[in-house]
Amino acid sequence: MNRLTNAAELQALKDHLVQTQDPNRPIVRVCRGPGCLALGADKVSQAFQAAITSQGLGVKVQPLIKETGCHGFCSQGTMVNVAPANLCYVRVKPEDVEEIIQTTLLKGGVLERLLYHDNGTRYKSEAEIPFYRLQKKVILKNVGVIDPSDIHDAIMAGAYQSFAKALTTMSPDEVIHTVGISGLRGRGGGGFPTGFKWQKAVESVRENPGPLYIIANGEEGDPGAFMDRAIMEGDPHAVIEGMALGAYAMGAHLGFLYVRHEYPIAIRHLTTALQQARALGLLGKNILGTGFDFDIQISRGAGAYVCGEETAIIASLEGRIGEPVTRPPYPSEQGLWNRPTIINNVETWANVRHIIDRGAQWYADLGVAHSTGTKIFSLVGKVKNTGLVEVPMGISLGTLVEEIGGGVPGQEHFKAVQTGGPSGGIVPYEFRDIPPEALKPESVGLQARESIPEKKELTVDFDSMAQTGSIMGGGGMIVMDDHDCVVDVARYFLRFLEEDSCGKCLPCRLGLKGMLEFLNNFSQGKGAPEDIDALESLGRALVDGSLCGLGRSAPNPVLTSIRYFRDEYLAHIVDHKCPAGVCRDLITYRIAPDICNGCTLCAQTCPQVCITGEENKPHTIDQDACIRCGACVDVCPVNAVVVD
Amino acid sequence: MKTVKRDIETILEQYPRHPQYLVNLLQDVQAEYNYISSENLALVCDHLGVPLTQAWSMATFYRGFSLEPRGEHEVKVCLGTTCHLKGGQRLLEACERNLGVARGETTGDLKLSLDTVKCVGACALAPVVMVDNDYLGEANLVSVKKRLEEL
Repeated sequence: MNRLTNAAELQALKDHLVQTQDPNRPIVRVCRGPGCLALGADKVSQAFQAAITSQGLGVKVQPLIKETGCHGFCSQGTMVNVAPANLCYVRVKPEDVEEIIQTTLLKGGVLERLLYHDNGTRYKSEAEIPFYRLQKKVILKNVGVIDPSDIHDAIMAGAYQSFAKALTTMSPDEVIHTVGISGLRGRGGGGFPTGFKWQKAVESVRENPGPLYIIANGEEGDPGAFMDRAIMEGDPHAVIEGMALGAYAMGAHLGFLYVRHEYPIAIRHLTTALQQARALGLLGKNILGTGFDFDIQISRGAGAYVCGEETAIIASLEGRIGEPVTRPPYPSEQGLWNRPTIINNVETWANVRHIIDRGAQWYADLGVAHSTGTKIFSLVGKVKNTGLVEVPMGISLGTLVEEIGGGVPGQEHFKAVQTGGPSGGIVPYEFRDIPPEALKPESVGLQARESIPEKKELTVDFDSMAQTGSIMGGGGMIVMDDHDCVVDVARYFLRFLEEDSCGKCLPCRLGLKGMLEFLNNFSQGKGAPEDIDALESLGRALVDGSLCGLGRSAPNPVLTSIRYFRDEYLAHIVDHKCPAGVCRDLITYRIAPDICNGCTLCAQTCPQVCITGEENKPHTIDQDACIRCGACVDVCPVNAVVVD
Repeated sequence: MKTVKRDIETILEQYPRHPQYLVNLLQDVQAEYNYISSENLALVCDHLGVPLTQAWSMATFYRGFSLEPRGEHEVKVCLGTTCHLKGGQRLLEACERNLGVARGETTGDLKLSLDTVKCVGACALAPVVMVDNDYLGEANLVSVKKRLEEL
């Protein structure tokens, strides 16, 4: 690769690449997102490679096999897209590859049986599928399209054009101003205005001259969230270009990509992308001949949830344990090695190039007031269409879960949606189209209530979600149905956080243990109704007293679940019942004699050897010996094991 | 022993002698030997000029480090929210019973370590189990056992 010495050469390279590309060359894009990988996407792409290299296909133009990032529709994996017709094949198995080659690549036909179908309709391309139709892909536009390990493919798709534009036609202040008026807010969950933060850092350097550092936070620790993973794996240059733009705007010369160690593919793709960008002179000294120097180092996280907190990342980068420190001073004043430091989430950085490319106004128009642009969500849990979705800010929760997500299988509607991970809350179905204020008459005066429309949909944006007591958070959106117990989910998050609390401050260290004790008791049917109030009070103490965001937001899942599902708590404590049939000490497993076919699988699997029965005759469970491990439920081929 | 010693030195020499590289160096040692022995921990401290207590606190704070030898293969049951809702905890217990080791432990023959991971981002296929670097979607005890037999 030849080093580019000015912006015109970058443009010339792009033009050359585009012109020399054969528009009729078939391109097979095999998704290698985490979902598809779990379904064997590797074997699918190997099968394509093998079939195409081993035999002469007898065609003029060899098809191009691209291993791309996440296509988004995880529940339909492995996903394969065949251009130029843009056919979208779903649930592709290695044994389907030969037929795709014969039918589509050689004859140009459509392989009907591999098309996505729903309610009797078959959809040829992504654009037609309802799951995609309501989305607005900006950040994810190139994810699943380009080959993330080839910078030329990214450049053809427009990578580094914004950077070149800023370097040659905009002053650093103009870049900050543009980001500021675009309304971009931190995508990691905090929602702090990005442009304002950048401005603060620049002012800090002015007062105290010296280096400024920037960091991309890729420690995506929230369970149920994989937005940043998809960006880093599928379009690593989006993050690098965003950081380069930020560096130019703030005058930084060194940046760090802090990536979670559970994401080895992201680390690999980012490393390759950095090497290629350096080779082209898009990073390093005298970038594009403008005299601007900037480079990025990758730091692997070492496995600590608390390292998603910005001061903990700084501690980790400095070679210390990831314990947060009190703010202020904020990192923008005093961060890494006591120098002003800007930490933005990976998705936030990936937004910047679009703002510079198409302007602040265009960006602001994508969303709603105070929550501009688009947001990526991982829509998972008990929902029909699971996967990664990008929607304009301010979309209604109902549209997101019921139209894009396709609703809950086997149920009329969802029970609740958990957003924001362990820092977020549980939003009940009832909020789908009633504003939170209407449910809380005590919080607003009579006049104010009259001004609230009869029915309004809850929208997904920073401020509306905060009103519910939850947060929009990083973008994890976990749909719960009637078989999910809120007490159990609240307990799950507390256990998660209790394990990962760094232990530095007392409210978080001991408070989480205390809260967990309450929840453990509730899940066993122990406790008194007053304990719910005591738990709430303890939760509020953590909110007020903890040192960092982890402890301050830790009680959110508990507090919101009590607020909206107090009845379910009382059912556990007073009636000793778990209505959802989850909490182990409050349920019994029973084999329905009319369904059981006597296959003996359960009896063979039961670790307690407490299931008995003759072959081909209904079996029974000895309740005294049963430990409710659920092994029989998992193996029963006819779903005869029922929960009481 | 001599070859092991040479290897650790090769790893150490990759990094300048500055405390900033503590995490990276410990990660490389962990990756090379599957754990951080007390000898290697001391060598890392000597190289970077950091007190042993600091390296010790790092190695015990972060989940990615182990001071005990880990197994040749690693089974990680995902306990992300979706996996939890879809029976990840039950699957973990089944694995514990079946492999005869508790979460975080290694089998006596050092073949296998069982651990949990807090979300691998493959939520659509919950529950997920990772066997070394492979993802196993919609996993159950049968599919985990089958995968382990293939190793």
